[in-house]
Amino acid sequence: MSLLFKGRSQGAERTGISLPQRLVMFFISHVRQALASLGELWRNPAASMMTIAVLGLSITLPSTLYILLKNTERVSAGWDQASEITLFLHRDTQAGDIQQLQTRLKLWPEVESVVHIDKAQAMEEFQQLSGFGEALSYLDNNPLPDVLLVTPTSKHTSPTAAGLLLDKLRKEREVEVGQLDIQWLERLHGLVGIAKELVSVVALLLFLAVVLIIGNTIRLNILNKRDEILVMKLVGATDAFIQRPFLYTGFWYGLLGGLLAWVTVALLLWWMGDSISKVTQLYQTQFKVDGLHGQALLLMLGLSILLGLAGSLLSVHKHIRAIEPK
Amino acid sequence: MIRFEQVSKTYPGGQQALRQVNFHIAPGEMAFLTGHSGAGKSTLLKLISIMERPTVGRVMINGHDLNRIRRQQIPFIRRDIGMIFQSHQLLMDKSVFDNVALPLIIEGYSHKEVSKRVSAVLDRVGLSDKSRCLPIALSGGEQQRVGIARAVVNKPPLLLADEPTGNLDPKLSLEIIRLFEDFNQAGVAVLIATHDLGLIARMKYRTLTLKKGQMITDGLTEDWPGDDDESAI
Ligand SMILES: Nc1ncnc2c1ncn2[C@@H]1O[C@H](COP(=O)(O)OP(=O)(O)O)[C@@H](O)[C@H]1O
Ligand SMILES: [Mg+2]
Repeated sequence: MSLLFKGRSQGAERTGISLPQRLVMFFISHVRQALASLGELWRNPAASMMTIAVLGLSITLPSTLYILLKNTERVSAGWDQASEITLFLHRDTQAGDIQQLQTRLKLWPEVESVVHIDKAQAMEEFQQLSGFGEALSYLDNNPLPDVLLVTPTSKHTSPTAAGLLLDKLRKEREVEVGQLDIQWLERLHGLVGIAKELVSVVALLLFLAVVLIIGNTIRLNILNKRDEILVMKLVGATDAFIQRPFLYTGFWYGLLGGLLAWVTVALLLWWMGDSISKVTQLYQTQFKVDGLHGQALLLMLGLSILLGLAGSLLSVHKHIRAIEPK
Repeated sequence: MIRFEQVSKTYPGGQQALRQVNFHIAPGEMAFLTGHSGAGKSTLLKLISIMERPTVGRVMINGHDLNRIRRQQIPFIRRDIGMIFQSHQLLMDKSVFDNVALPLIIEGYSHKEVSKRVSAVLDRVGLSDKSRCLPIALSGGEQQRVGIARAVVNKPPLLLADEPTGNLDPKLSLEIIRLFEDFNQAGVAVLIATHDLGLIARMKYRTLTLKKGQMITDGLTEDWPGDDDESAI
């Protein structure tokens, strides 16, 4: 409806088009504008590719790190179950006492099994494996302690439960030192936690940079079209109408950048595959790196589009408003 | 249709472009606005299309005070006003058809309706055969007619023209003015700013004259001093 002239309708109202038809027209005009924006990118491939590359690569880095961390977590989660407690006994403990202790511990509800590694047996193994061989035989007495390997029942394999069990075992008179074999795992968890935070910070900074870069690219687009925007404002275009193609441009940057990141991440993982499997072989695990698919992929694409839109919105908001016919 | 009440405009630099201007143009009226260069003609037109705001006073269109119009409403005001400029303000990389279609596309007309209306209006300004041309391939007079076609394509009740014949020879100028007369006869109010006094002298239309921002005469061309007084304005 015209603001100034009663009864003078503007645009589609005048032609008596029904609401559903108007919705269809609205949809068609959006699709047309989206495609026009894509065409615009296509006509200027060098500049567009640069922006898309910046966006894609900026998303690739945090995505790859994220995937590696996620996989590390997955692997170490499997190892959690294999916890085993090593008890080093006082050197002067008698064989009979060890026997007794072993029997006693076996009765504990938390304990699945107890294995005794005799200090003589340990010495032999050490001689064989260490290569000190002869030199060790000159020692007057065996410096190694007797060792008990305690495996908790499946209910007590979580780090906290196993930790409690360890505390209880340490209170036994014969025990000098007790060690949980998942302590290093906890440290790994700690490291992974720090790495995660680091990745978040890096990602945040990169995303911010992406928004600014897209914003600047769109700003240049807007300034290039200054004359056209002036004419459009002269004949009654709203800011919303003028900014739509620029928002679509941001959307396309986001989508194409996201797809590029997807491809790059896949290539990187494939390229690193060899070295990753070498490492995992050391730990005797059957392990395959989980790439980007399903929800994670959608999330990344969504994020990428969001960044593109955010950059263009920022720019459009500021710069289209500033262009006014004088 | 258009009413100015004690309107003054001072530009940020301190330049006073209009001083206490009062006048009224009736619906369907056609009038000329004249005065030497720098007298404030363009400024007056810009106040009507809200490209500038008055420093003091009120500008009314059809009884609506433009001071009350918010920024977001301005585009909708401009859809009711056809504007024509000396510099045409055409999009040089778009065809004649696309240029003329622009206001309709902005208003969301259907594809079919756009084609129909643009063809009709190009026919009216005598450019049917140029619809696929780029403006650059047209003569000055033809470019101006594209500008006019774009201004009237959505049938606004009011036409404003700022020096529409500025670059044209007398014969072409007259053709353009005849075109405005056509639209005026169809009921559109027309206000044409020009310093081409020779052109005005040949017509019998109301003429508003500005001098250093003040309205000094307002009357029919018949009562108006005429060509030989040009130096006095
Ligand atoms: N945007 C502006 N800023 C400052 N002064 C201006 C601006 N536009 C016009 N003027 C001044 O206002 C006066 C009237 O200008 P204008 O309305 O363009 O006159 P005309 O169209 O009659 O030649 C002139 O002195 C001009 O220098
Ligand atoms: Mg002027």
